[in-house]
Amino acid sequence: MTEKKHSIKRGVSLYSYQEEFFLKKMSLEDCIAAVAKTGATGIEILGEQSMFGFPKLTDAFVDQWFGWMDKYGVTPVCHDFMLDYTMIKGKYFSDDEALQSIIRDLKFAKRLGFKVMRAIVNITPELMEKVAPYAEEYDIKIGIEVHSPWHINSAWMARHWEVMEKTGSKYLGFVPDMGAFTKRLARVQTDRMIREGADPKIVEFVCEQHEKGVMAEYIIAQVVQMSKRPIDIAVAELSRHNTYYNPIALLQHIPRIVHIHAKFYEMLDDGTEFSIPYEKIIPILIEGGYDGYLSSEYEGNRHIQDVYEVDSVEQVRRQQEMFKRLLGEIPVPKVANALSA
Amino acid sequence: MIQMFEKYMIVENDAENIIENGKVTAFKFGARLPYYRGIALSLVEDIVIKVDGEDVPRETIKFSAHGNTYTLKEMETETEDRWNMGEVAYITVEKEGGLPKGEHKVFMLLNMRIAYLPFPSIRKSEKTVAIA
Repeated sequence: MTEKKHSIKRGVSLYSYQEEFFLKKMSLEDCIAAVAKTGATGIEILGEQSMFGFPKLTDAFVDQWFGWMDKYGVTPVCHDFMLDYTMIKGKYFSDDEALQSIIRDLKFAKRLGFKVMRAIVNITPELMEKVAPYAEEYDIKIGIEVHSPWHINSAWMARHWEVMEKTGSKYLGFVPDMGAFTKRLARVQTDRMIREGADPKIVEFVCEQHEKGVMAEYIIAQVVQMSKRPIDIAVAELSRHNTYYNPIALLQHIPRIVHIHAKFYEMLDDGTEFSIPYEKIIPILIEGGYDGYLSSEYEGNRHIQDVYEVDSVEQVRRQQEMFKRLLGEIPVPKVANALSA
Repeated sequence: MIQMFEKYMIVENDAENIIENGKVTAFKFGARLPYYRGIALSLVEDIVIKVDGEDVPRETIKFSAHGNTYTLKEMETETEDRWNMGEVAYITVEKEGGLPKGEHKVFMLLNMRIAYLPFPSIRKSEKTVAIA
């Protein structure tokens, strides 16, 4: 536990409540209220998820949006944009068409008061370079999502980093997704695959190998020898899609990090996350002087919805409680202090 | 392999025959997009419907949402209108006489073009629906 002062803020992506929002058990206002109840102050959305009729916004809606921000004491932080290069069947966006799509999102985000946009990972470095002047004009930082299986030092991200260096733009950066630090494969996901017919012995083998840090290609190669069933191979492939890298890799890039997706799959009763070692990650962010938002991104719903009632509100609440503890906002119990001493 | 919202794609208890000028001309059922966001209709690469194991001809399928109706061919070029997150749309199949009263197995396959995913996004579901 670090004693160092920091300026890390807590937020929640409304993506976290996708199950209840999809089923209309929660309205947009309910989602915002749920964020406020955790004590988090930042709101992140995917416009294409939260806004019916995206990207159109009526004046009445925009007024209501800022009314909610005031009422619940929260702030718009990040809008995640998509880039549908294949909008027309059989065609692929030109760079100019893609740029127009991003400008559409910049206008949308600006009107709702967002300061950061998350770029989907398929955005090209060339396009980032073209979009930089617009990001500056709208005063919105754009960060490419560093999502597993990529990590911040992957070749693709290095190409993006080159553009950031070349343009010198303060408006381009990274949005790392903490799913890149999946130390243990998500139990909710492997349990689901067992329900779909995966061999529990293969699941156990893959989980053990992954946790030991064996390279995914070797795990897959071994499982191919053990089974010919696609579901078993798919279990092995989880290791490739849910990477673990040492979070220390973030440290040198912290000045370029404009936002963080605090991905999680399952918050346990003891207040820890099953897969992702936040107790290792957060001290690194503090050490590096990260001063943006840690934005909760619950993604366990899709793995349990077949048999369990999803409770996204409780899952997010637990993760935010963990953040309060790791960020030093609430006193750490004495026992935990003794252990870490 | 990723399962996402498939179980909610065909809406429970939301199927009926459509009567026009005193004649049953079609049947319809409620459907949601099994995805974490809404998409422009042109991103729907294909919808395949089977009823009681039999393929439904593609040209008899129509999609309706928030008051707008499209054939699958028309959907291909509709880049403005959207199937919103969680929105119940209706899939209508033109068929003289509709479906006989009673239970039927409806199968739906939805194929979306999602540019950032390096594989087709195909979702399938089958449910028993009741026609009153």
